[in-house]
Amino acid sequence: MRLSVNNLACERGERRIFEGVSFTLLAGEALVITGRNGAGKSSLLDILAGRLHPAGGAILLDDAGERTLQECLHYVGHRDALKAALTAEENLTFARDFLGHPALKPREALEAVGLAHAARLPVAYLSAGQRRRVALARLLVAHRPLWLLDEPTSALDTASQETLRLILERHRESGGMIAASTHSPLFLKDAKEIRIERTPNRPPSAGEGAEHSEAGEGQSSTEHGPSPGPAGHPLPHRGEGKRGEG
Amino acid sequence: MLKSFNALLVRDLKLAARVGGSGVMGLIFFLMIVTLIPFALGPDLNLLARIGPAILWIAALLATLIGLDRLFQADQEDGSLDLLRLSQAPLEIVVLAKVIAYWLVTGLPLALAAPFLGFLVALSPEAMLAMVVTLLVGTPALTFIGAVGAALTSSLRRGGLILAILVLPFMIPTLIFGVSAANAALGGTIPFATPFLVLVALSLIAAVVGTVGAAAALRSGE
Repeated sequence: MRLSVNNLACERGERRIFEGVSFTLLAGEALVITGRNGAGKSSLLDILAGRLHPAGGAILLDDAGERTLQECLHYVGHRDALKAALTAEENLTFARDFLGHPALKPREALEAVGLAHAARLPVAYLSAGQRRRVALARLLVAHRPLWLLDEPTSALDTASQETLRLILERHRESGGMIAASTHSPLFLKDAKEIRIERTPNRPPSAGEGAEHSEAGEGQSSTEHGPSPGPAGHPLPHRGEGKRGEG
Repeated sequence: MLKSFNALLVRDLKLAARVGGSGVMGLIFFLMIVTLIPFALGPDLNLLARIGPAILWIAALLATLIGLDRLFQADQEDGSLDLLRLSQAPLEIVVLAKVIAYWLVTGLPLALAAPFLGFLVALSPEAMLAMVVTLLVGTPALTFIGAVGAALTSSLRRGGLILAILVLPFMIPTLIFGVSAANAALGGTIPFATPFLVLVALSLIAAVVGTVGAAAALRSGE
């Protein structure tokens, strides 16, 4: 399987966030997305997850059979997508049945993130870090080749970060792909890195087509070699009520 | 696809049954309105019996509306809507599961509670039966119409009022034929089947248009 992103551009509220973002991701590869606050790291993941429409560029997924991009991916964003009134196990059971292609049982997935003891607790009683771990356990209950992670290490303690790293490496070994935005190093082996930089503020010029991108000026992404780079802080919050295409 | 549908239906039913779920709330609200009106009108049993079906229908309409703003908003706020978008099933199926779950915890109890509340407005036994049947058939139309409004206002903080303003006009036909079917059962110039079948048709149309409309509203939202 191969994900290619070509010349992607993003606009929020009539303002160009980034443009000219290109990369390819092969089976077993990981991409670390860095950039300053508001540079558009989360927006890039949102576009890949189908939550936002791109202002330009193309996303292609090869060798996915009949599955669409959205059916091939897991998305763990800033909000954990957990129901506070349901227990951790119920949340995972729902995700497993709903997403299809079941993998680990909810109990096993919770064990893998070290939360077996909290399986029967309503998520409302869990701490921010524990909730994040339940959300990450969702990655394990359903088979999906592409994992999109937005600040996956936020609220996690050091031990949990190491657990997460092992889970991510195991996913790559089995041929999975990972794209993660981060401000702290994930220590993934041979991860590609892409740095998103915000396009200087100017209104999008009239008639700027979907495929259009200004070469040179405004080129905002550069691919580096494998080096986990701490850069800036996470995007503090998403735009409220932001919704993307289904 | 069926598995996704079932999983979501079960999840929403569980959530409604837990603390803070909207299940019982609509029913209590329904009871409140129906109780208030006889106090306002006075103890004229003939008058109450005559306008009883209308009172029950308006109460049912408002009770359906009261929890509707949370239908998609709750999922929008905690990020679950992003998870729901990743389904193998199309968004229409997701909407359908959520609306059916919502109807099972609001519309269905309202219809079943109608005979008991009928006592408060001095309904005759035939009228009570007619109320149950018309509410059973008519409340799905209200829920599906409301779902479009709920999807459109899911990202608004105070969407409840806008939702009511948006969808109430579209609920008028259902109200007209619901009340006239209930009244026809009590005797009158028109047979029961005429307005009743229109009511059935309204529910079926709303089920299709509401599902597709709400899914489109969720898709286009940004």
